[in-house]
Amino acid sequence: MTLQECYKAMGSNYDEVLGRLRSERMIHKFALKFLEDTSYELLITSMENKDYAEAFRGAHTIKGICSNLGFTRLLASSTALTESLRNGWTPEVDTLLEETKRDYQTVTEALMAFRDSNP
Amino acid sequence: MRSAAKNPLILIADDSAMNRAVLVEMLESEYELIEAKNGEEAVEQLHRHSMELSLVLLDIVMPVLDGFGVLAEMNRHRWIEQLPVIMITSETTPDRIEQAYEMGATDFIGRPFDPLIVHKRVINTILLHAKQKKLIDLVADQIYEKEQSSSLMIDILSHIVEFRNGESGLHVRHVNLLTAMFLRHLSQHTDHYRFSRSEISLISTASALHDIGKIAIDDKILNKPGRLTTEEFEIMKTHSEMGARMLKELPIHQEEPLVRVAYEICRWHHERYDGRGYPDGLVGDQIPISAQIVALADVYDALTSERVYKPAFTHDKAVEMILGGECGTFNPLLMDCLRELSGSIQDELRGDNLVRANEREMRNIAEELLRHKELTSAERTLHLLEHERMKYAFFASLTNEIQFEYTTTPDVLSLSTWGAERLGLEEVELEPFQNEKVIAILGADVWRELFQTLQAATAEEPDFTYDCLVHYPDGDRWARIVARTSWSPEDPPVFTGVIGKAVDIHDSRLKLRKLEQMASHDPLTGLLNHAAAREQIKARMEVAPEGNYALAMLDLDHFKSANDTYGHSFGDKVLCFLAEKIRRTIRTGDIAARVGGDEFLIFLEYQQELASMIQRIYSSLGGEFEGFRLSVSMGVSTSEEAGQDYNALFQMADSALYTVKRGGRGQCRFYDPLSMKDALSAITPIDADTGASKEEK
Repeated sequence: MTLQECYKAMGSNYDEVLGRLRSERMIHKFALKFLEDTSYELLITSMENKDYAEAFRGAHTIKGICSNLGFTRLLASSTALTESLRNGWTPEVDTLLEETKRDYQTVTEALMAFRDSNP
Repeated sequence: MRSAAKNPLILIADDSAMNRAVLVEMLESEYELIEAKNGEEAVEQLHRHSMELSLVLLDIVMPVLDGFGVLAEMNRHRWIEQLPVIMITSETTPDRIEQAYEMGATDFIGRPFDPLIVHKRVINTILLHAKQKKLIDLVADQIYEKEQSSSLMIDILSHIVEFRNGESGLHVRHVNLLTAMFLRHLSQHTDHYRFSRSEISLISTASALHDIGKIAIDDKILNKPGRLTTEEFEIMKTHSEMGARMLKELPIHQEEPLVRVAYEICRWHHERYDGRGYPDGLVGDQIPISAQIVALADVYDALTSERVYKPAFTHDKAVEMILGGECGTFNPLLMDCLRELSGSIQDELRGDNLVRANEREMRNIAEELLRHKELTSAERTLHLLEHERMKYAFFASLTNEIQFEYTTTPDVLSLSTWGAERLGLEEVELEPFQNEKVIAILGADVWRELFQTLQAATAEEPDFTYDCLVHYPDGDRWARIVARTSWSPEDPPVFTGVIGKAVDIHDSRLKLRKLEQMASHDPLTGLLNHAAAREQIKARMEVAPEGNYALAMLDLDHFKSANDTYGHSFGDKVLCFLAEKIRRTIRTGDIAARVGGDEFLIFLEYQQELASMIQRIYSSLGGEFEGFRLSVSMGVSTSEEAGQDYNALFQMADSALYTVKRGGRGQCRFYDPLSMKDALSAITPIDADTGASKEEK
């Protein structure tokens, strides 16, 4: 699996990212680093504990990283989630959280497939 | 310090490790980077590196303390004035951006990062600020140079005068030092005058110009070996007015404080306090104090120096002549100063030679440094500072002392590495007195008392010592804090911080305690000895003279026979047994002591009913010890009878005891003035220090 195919699998545009970061090596390195990032765990645990300020922070960080790496679909759902959490819990949160979880799943699956095919 | 050749230092504050990593990747080839994963860490790094940092890249949303919190701290410590901040965030809400700009942020970089833009913004911001900083350094350098050259000019000018005058090069220097000494002393020891440090420096610098008018006096008169004729003396006398006129006619700088003070000194340093001086015949405090002081310094140095027309007098002789009024009349306050400073003047002037040698050396070093054109003053200072820090850290690491430094702004407590480890604290504690851990080291009350001690120190006497118990993580130990407070240069000075060390004195203190305990207690029974009891009783009555007190003297009946029958070690056991009974029967606050061989005393305070209290005590002392029946005789006196007088109290109780002993023992009686007035003493003489008794009954 190439990096390009990986981005395609997660519904994102590799060329846009390459155009901006201009370095395949850098994209490769940081895309895989996304698997080690703990913001997603922070988001999930905080939601379970109803700690919406921390959940906001988790969503906010995911949004920032996705923005840098061009994970467009996850960027869209995490952005919506961030906004819905900005001032604490709102009725939309639960639906948006599900969307974010789904997109996160897609992204990590694609990244893992990429990692496993490029040992 | 980081040398100038290194890359600029940037602080990256972002809670996401990934975001930091992206930035590091983009910047690490050209910059030195420090990372902070939340606002608090960022502030800590700012405390450490605020002087070296070239830029801060700051995220807004962070745990513990967010980006706005960091900006607020940067404003509070005024770092924001010198250190540019670029906000990095995906926040795009306009009011948040505006808020960041208002708090001093220089620029924004939004996500997603474009490496080119990040690079360009970072470079531009750093360059812009570097230029600004260079300009500031340049201005500081010029001010420094201006100060250097103006005092240099004054030195040259006054030495020209001296050279023409055939005086040693030291006269101006001595007048300068003496003037400063007198000004300081007047400030500190009288209520009439108060000079700030900068005023003292101004007046003593201006003193160098006091004889500048002599440049206009004919050589032949100036250096005439013999006595001047009346006419020549009149010409000589014009030098004070001449000097003043030269200054007055300066085309510029009329408003300069230095010129104004120099004018006063030139014109009036030959006035006399009684009005018989020249040129204006001013009287008393019409003469500016600056001129009065320089006049005195001038006379003193003239007397103690060799001149064409006279030998040098000794210091003592010169002081004696001035105080005796042989060299003009002066302000009585100044005469007091001279008297009080007399002991230290010579040392000060002699010590100055050493200072000058050091100054020369300093100048050589400074010239050496100046040759490296790229080094500015500010950087030189930083180099020296860094060197001092290194020295300090090295010496600190050699001793097992807790060394500390506290500054009020910023509110920071720094500890030596070893000290921080020992106390279980960080080496740098921000706002230490908000921190429970710091407070727990001494406890809130001790901290408060320590602060009071510290505030009793002054700029003139900045040192203090303070003993206290330190609660280390592994237990309590006594420490002695030796410290020096520091004060701002303004007048009056404001407390700015303290440096010092805590030395462990636990073992020596325990030893002292033990010695104290040994000196005041009877080694056999552990009760107080007679001398210690007497002191405590006296103190008790002195503190509360309105109280009612009773003193009971008691001894064991037939104790000698117990000794004779069963031996001394048995006797000792009986005494200990009785002492233990006494200890149990008295209340806290009562005083019990072994007075002599088998004699004891009990001192107590009572409210109303004394008789039943005494009865209770008396009956509790009876009993039996290993077959030996304890029978006690007891005599009691009260302060109602004796007044608040220990000796009278003691004698009356003694007389009562004597009467009991004579009357068949085994009783307790109160002193009765009618029957016991002439009773003898029941007390065995005893060497209270060793507790050794002479069983003589």
